Amino acid sequence: MPSVSWNFISKLPTEGMTKGGILPAITGTVLLTFITTIFAVPFGIACAIYLNEYARPSVLTNIIRASIRNLSGIPSIIYGLFGLALFVQALRLGTSVLSAGLTLGLLSLPYIITTTEEALKRIPTVMREATLALGATQFETIRDVVLPKALPGILTGVILTLSRAAGETAPILFTGVAFYINGLATSFNQEFMALPYHLYMLSTQHQSIGQVRPLAYGTAVVLIILVFIMNCIAFYIRFKQRTQD
Amino acid sequence: MDIKKRESLDWFFKQAFKATGLLTICMLGGIFLMLLYNSIAFAMDIKPVDFFTGYQWNPGNANGKYSILPLLVSTGLVAAGSMIIAVPLGIFTAAFLSEFAPPKLQAVLKPVIEMLAAIPSVAIGFLGIVLVGPGIAKLFGIQNGLNALNGSILLAVMALPTIITISEDAINAVPKSYREASLALGADKWTTLFKVTIPAAYPGLIAAVMLGLGRALGETMTVLMATGNAAAMPRGFLDSIRTITATVAIEMGEVPYRTTHYFALFAIAAVLFLITLSINLLGEYFANRLRKFQA
Repeated sequence: MPSVSWNFISKLPTEGMTKGGILPAITGTVLLTFITTIFAVPFGIACAIYLNEYARPSVLTNIIRASIRNLSGIPSIIYGLFGLALFVQALRLGTSVLSAGLTLGLLSLPYIITTTEEALKRIPTVMREATLALGATQFETIRDVVLPKALPGILTGVILTLSRAAGETAPILFTGVAFYINGLATSFNQEFMALPYHLYMLSTQHQSIGQVRPLAYGTAVVLIILVFIMNCIAFYIRFKQRTQD
Repeated sequence: MDIKKRESLDWFFKQAFKATGLLTICMLGGIFLMLLYNSIAFAMDIKPVDFFTGYQWNPGNANGKYSILPLLVSTGLVAAGSMIIAVPLGIFTAAFLSEFAPPKLQAVLKPVIEMLAAIPSVAIGFLGIVLVGPGIAKLFGIQNGLNALNGSILLAVMALPTIITISEDAINAVPKSYREASLALGADKWTTLFKVTIPAAYPGLIAAVMLGLGRALGETMTVLMATGNAAAMPRGFLDSIRTITATVAIEMGEVPYRTTHYFALFAIAAVLFLITLSINLLGEYFANRLRKFQA
């Protein structure tokens, strides 16, 4: 615990990772989560809207639902392989924060769809009927009535999913994470450092494991606090919404 | 905006939303095809018989050995161990939460369980190295606590939130009249729980175990950090082991592109994919049975 200080979270690592801070790992994780958000959230919400607002019971709908359920059960390391094959190799994005962020986006997609659909389901049908009866198109109903009303629920699910994604290591192993980069990550096609991977390297792969143990503890504490803060925000939004209803 | 414009906007977004739905099918199909393609490339180099029968995983050189068995047994061992710990604990916690716990305690415990699910797997693996590992080493008088038992304990912790949440839903879904009938016949709370409520919730409990097992089988970082990573056939829980997921994680970073070794890693991932897929489908089947039974 004494290893967590302001210097620890605001300085670059020095002397072969045995001293200094973990700032690049923190900014790397933030940047990574940002890319994941940009990719997964619009697609996830759009798919949930389709399933809950448009889709009628049909073979196609059943296949889509079955795919989503099965996607959420696929081990994260297989997403890592898929990211490697699709983004790094086939689309030639290389090992970069972009490839890793997109891979985590794929991983997060099924969770965002499921939680968003739950949130949309809680909106009473009469609200939609009232808007449609006033002459609004279905898209306008969704945009102006359903989505604003479902926003807290959607946000809760999104934040919880992103907190999981931020802590994931296996999918970014081969898609762009690095143990050390010079300075801070500045561009999307560059390798990056990330908190979970940093903890993994410090605790198992570093050549002087005993010496960096305090840094490993520090990294673990920072990572867990980050995830807990995200969770608390999500719980707070959910709590506030429940007391309003 | 005039009505034509509004209607075409409506049409456009309907199609866009539908396209994202189709994207999920493409994703699952893409993952499946990627694994299939690379596995076929692997089967060109190594006979499938050797893949499923040999005893050695020793890849890399020209006459490397590519048998999935030691990895498969390791994966099964550590997952089975985690279920031995997590299933009784998870189901009893769920029963306690829904049948005995006062509402205030419930309100505290549920977010705590959700938080437990959010702890990153590397952090749990780290706990295995600094806490569980030395504990096991001391308890059994062995040198190194990084073994299958360590992995099982940690995976149990990770599977618990899944098992507790789904079991609790299953127990809650048992109609109240069942319990009332049992209590009216003079059975006490415990007898009611064990003879009526749990048997009635049975399909849901199996679904919970299956989904927990799926999580344990697919977990990478925890087992990678805490089980010692010896790619040999394990003889017991105190042996150091290496699961399928850990093997992919360790070796994929170093393997040259499109070699037998590279394809082999996709082939073992394909086996893992099929196992977790069938376990999830089985879990879903039992969850559906519960729904039918209650309707």
